[in-house]
Amino acid sequence: MNDTSVQGAAVSVRGRIAWRVTTVVDSVPETPRARTLVLDVPGWPGHRAGQHVDVRLTAEDGYQAQRSYSIASAPESARVALTVERLDDGEVSPYLTDELRAGDRLELRGPIGGYFVWDVALAGPLLLVAGGSGIVPLMAMLRHRAAALATAGADARHSEPARLLYSCRKWDEVIYRDELARLVEGDPTLDVTLTLTREAPAGWTGLRRRIDRMMLAEVAWPPPERPNVFVCGPTPLVEAVAAALVELGHDPARVKTERFGPTGGSRAQGATGRQQWTVR
Amino acid sequence: MSEPFISRGFRGRRQPAGAAHRLPPGQYETRDFPVLSAGPTPRTPLATWDFTLRGRGATTARWTWDEFQTLPRENLTTDIHCVTKWSKFGTVWEGVSLDTLLAEAAARGVEPAPYVLAVCDGGYTTNVPLADVTGGKAWVATGYDGAPLAPEHGGPARLLVPHLYFWKSAKWVRQLRFMDRDDPGFWESLGYHNYGDPWREQRYAGDE
Repeated sequence: MNDTSVQGAAVSVRGRIAWRVTTVVDSVPETPRARTLVLDVPGWPGHRAGQHVDVRLTAEDGYQAQRSYSIASAPESARVALTVERLDDGEVSPYLTDELRAGDRLELRGPIGGYFVWDVALAGPLLLVAGGSGIVPLMAMLRHRAAALATAGADARHSEPARLLYSCRKWDEVIYRDELARLVEGDPTLDVTLTLTREAPAGWTGLRRRIDRMMLAEVAWPPPERPNVFVCGPTPLVEAVAAALVELGHDPARVKTERFGPTGGSRAQGATGRQQWTVR
Repeated sequence: MSEPFISRGFRGRRQPAGAAHRLPPGQYETRDFPVLSAGPTPRTPLATWDFTLRGRGATTARWTWDEFQTLPRENLTTDIHCVTKWSKFGTVWEGVSLDTLLAEAAARGVEPAPYVLAVCDGGYTTNVPLADVTGGKAWVATGYDGAPLAPEHGGPARLLVPHLYFWKSAKWVRQLRFMDRDDPGFWESLGYHNYGDPWREQRYAGDE
């Protein structure tokens, strides 16, 4: 958040970010509660890994509802993918996950957000910390990285190492599980560490607790390595992770966060429950 | 003209009649209090906290935390609107009106200017016209819902400008700079609207 990083991420936006009518090419189940919508977006201006879009739904009587969703696809991808977690009491997400199917149209505008973004040209290791569906914008970064590495081939100049620490409640809620495994197999400079906080399958030997300072000390590079850190997930997780990273000595200006949902305190446990939006 | 876009099969959830007129376009009501910040939550000890108004010619008025507590406070109940689409009705705040702070600062020779830049712990900034923080429109809030303002919501003190999108209500505010020229703040430099009126849906640069 210091001046240098702001300038580094600066964007110039000219004219209004227009609403676009897109076509759903596919709706892919990721977990029992999350689906990826693959969209054909005519005239898409391109995006940076970590950005999001605004989605707008319109009922027959003109009633509209808008929400923000992170982009899951790499900038290199011809199509725009959004991964949406279904919130049982949500107004928009159940429509996107349960109702929308290939051939349907969906209105969106974007890309939006110029701070929570990562580019392979950025110097320094990449540290990603995700909770639940907070993996989505971070996956765009890993896909962007993989695409850049594939292009660079043997001459992998942009081989800054990357690590992902990903906390989920249970195994079958791990979004992109198979793809993450494939990415790790094909890339010795990528590490993925999973921690399952509620329920683990038989034989699970991995981490079984919420992300804490000790876990971060083990997974993260030491502060002098100056990793670029992106943390995305529910507010309590992001608060805890960001605070622990600063305590460990990481420069707060290099820790970029996106939070969703309420504070998780005793207050304000309202009827709407957890919503999904993603703008810092 | 092309026919209006309809989302096949979408019915949506109508707002109760009483709530609909309180919601700016594109917003929905939440009962939670979501947290949105670009980085780690700063934690400044109250012993080293201060608040400064900086006017023309680098004149300043400064309050320590204890001095700030002696200023007259106001309680207010207001709706707030976040650019990420949620609105929260009837939030209850305690704080010092900018009118009060400006009057105190004027007595110390601080001359305001037409634009204000709020500067915060953690490096966050946001810009607002002077006219939008005077006349009972803005506060430096230190209490929320009857308790001290929690750090993740901007405590110990945040700017509160409830008639604009909530990113203008800068968390962890430490200084207000009065300037003769407008200077875009953090989000205003990163694609968000320079003014941010929720009733005109001024979310992003280029929105009317």
